[in-house]
Amino acid sequence: MTLGRVIGTVVSTVKLEALKNYKILMVKPVDPDGKEKGSVMLALDTVQAGMGDLVLVIDEGNSARLIIGDPMGPVRTVVAGIVDEVSYDH
Amino acid sequence: MKLGKVIGTVVCDRKESSFEGVKLLLVQPLDEDLNEAGEPVVACDTVQAGPGDTVVWEGGREAALGLKNWFNPSDATIMGIVDSVNKGDF
Repeated sequence: MTLGRVIGTVVSTVKLEALKNYKILMVKPVDPDGKEKGSVMLALDTVQAGMGDLVLVIDEGNSARLIIGDPMGPVRTVVAGIVDEVSYDH
Repeated sequence: MKLGKVIGTVVCDRKESSFEGVKLLLVQPLDEDLNEAGEPVVACDTVQAGPGDTVVWEGGREAALGLKNWFNPSDATIMGIVDSVNKGDF
């Protein structure tokens, strides 16, 4: 799992049946300080996250399929939590 | 998933049998600002996308799960046609 920031949404009406009930979010990976790094990923939203939220991202197929409850779903990346706080020793 | 733009079609008269009936499209990966990012890939189509469409696509194992017959060797599959991308400034 990684931390990410929701920087936008992608609207798609014509899509695979398995993705029908999910919002697609643009998520930029961030480090623990909230600084953006790496390239953007598109993730399915399972927690009603919104623009600007710091979120928990799972970028692994089997975990993602378990979350959406579809063992054969063509899904790898999901937003699985909204982060309230990150604290760590520098 | 990732953003991409369909920039062309690929026709194979002779191809792997599990790709029978599957349309192949040339997809240019895009970043969050819809600028080109990386080299074009050949992707299987599941949503009747065409040249000029902005799409969401997936690579890796999940690409295969997007097709009707899941036991196929696809490593890139188009999973949705993008209507709009809304990006915030964070």
